[in-house]
Amino acid sequence: MNKNDCKGKLIVVEGIDGSGKSTQIDLLNKWLQSQGRSVYFSEWNSSDLVKSTTRFAKDEKAFTPTTFSLLQATDFSDRWENYIFPMLQAGAIVLADRYAFTAFARDVSRGVDPTWVRDLYSFALQPDLVLYFRVPLDIAVERILSGRAKIKYYEAGMDLGLSDNKVTSFRLFQQKIVDEYEKMVDEFNFTVIDGSLPVQQQQKLLRSYVRKNLIGWKGLPNPTARSHQRRIQAPLTPGESS
Amino acid sequence: MSESEFYGVGFPYNPIKELPGKLIVLEGTDGVGRSTQIQLLRNWLETNGYAVSDTGLRRSPMTQPGLNAARSGHTMGRLTMNLFYATDFADRLENQIIPALKAGFFVLSDRYFYSIMARDIVRGADLQWARKIYGFALKPDLVFYLKTDVPTLVSRMVHGRGFNYWEAGMDIRCADNLYDNFCNYQGKLIEQYDLLSKEYGFIEVDSTKSVNLVFDDLRRKIRDLIKMD
Repeated sequence: MNKNDCKGKLIVVEGIDGSGKSTQIDLLNKWLQSQGRSVYFSEWNSSDLVKSTTRFAKDEKAFTPTTFSLLQATDFSDRWENYIFPMLQAGAIVLADRYAFTAFARDVSRGVDPTWVRDLYSFALQPDLVLYFRVPLDIAVERILSGRAKIKYYEAGMDLGLSDNKVTSFRLFQQKIVDEYEKMVDEFNFTVIDGSLPVQQQQKLLRSYVRKNLIGWKGLPNPTARSHQRRIQAPLTPGESS
Repeated sequence: MSESEFYGVGFPYNPIKELPGKLIVLEGTDGVGRSTQIQLLRNWLETNGYAVSDTGLRRSPMTQPGLNAARSGHTMGRLTMNLFYATDFADRLENQIIPALKAGFFVLSDRYFYSIMARDIVRGADLQWARKIYGFALKPDLVFYLKTDVPTLVSRMVHGRGFNYWEAGMDIRCADNLYDNFCNYQGKLIEQYDLLSKEYGFIEVDSTKSVNLVFDDLRRKIRDLIKMD
């Protein structure tokens, strides 16, 4: 992956379902906003352009591992071309709940070639910070089973035919995904967060990593965060008339 | 096609051993008469007792409504368009083309991934990237390239369906009007097809000839292919 040499910062969270990453990135987002930062948040699989196709394919169980991978890449590329990349160029902090690594973990677990799927996303830039939430499988599964009414077909990896039982299939599929994530820790320089720690403690860790990453970085002023701007007295540029 | 061959890794989770059918592709830019020839070939093959299935870009039932809606808007970026088309192509390949070939059908494909590549390269895409993405594509038994030139295309458009936004490449404006943009864009596309033709070994057919003469050329090559078995 190419280095991010845009003005903006790209921070992503990764991990299996139930690892707590969405809770953490939401808190991170609120914290950065309260500091007057210009933040843009993007979520996996959320492009309006692709939505109806994804829904159709899921309802009809029409995906193969390759078309699943390609359609999610289409979704990502739509968000990339219209939001993530221009926001980075403009100098915003882009927070992404899941990034290309989700595809690398899930699609390879489904049987697509690891090099092929990495090539597919080669237009995406290496984030400044990848926060990977490592959590014991039992904890993640328990969180998902207690929090949601029903695990969905593809979420459970039922298309892999690992088991006719949804919960069993889900566990087996998630384990495969964990194995793929673990292979990427060094490959993509993941910062590992212990997802079994209390929420507040994790958030403290996250903020310290982010703070460290933003040292010496100016970023884009947020015109709507007026109270913050008043605190920082911007020096007048020489030659500028007042 | 006795032993199936892919341009890259194919579908690793679904290895294919033998495909007794034949995959025949007609390539070329807009308005060169591909669909007319496919219709003729289908009748001819069926008359001779061969089962035929045909397919073409954007015909996947999975992606068709979404892709058509995306085309009617103006927010679809170059990468996104390429990947959406790749999804359409992969779906038809896995769920339509390969099953038909397994069953021993002749599959007539109105364009293949080469067209998506040509269009994408004209829009500034990286050829290397596109080659890698289409590593899942099956190598066809025959690829006919219906070659033409811009003046012939223009005359076909005038006497046919007229000029439209996408066929004129208006999303990458090189001129301030539809006609000039069409000529410019189609000229660039033809250049790309010529390059792809060399790289992938297309069989070039002069499509400025009459429909029947083109059809004769295609038939001759297909007869050779059938005899080979």
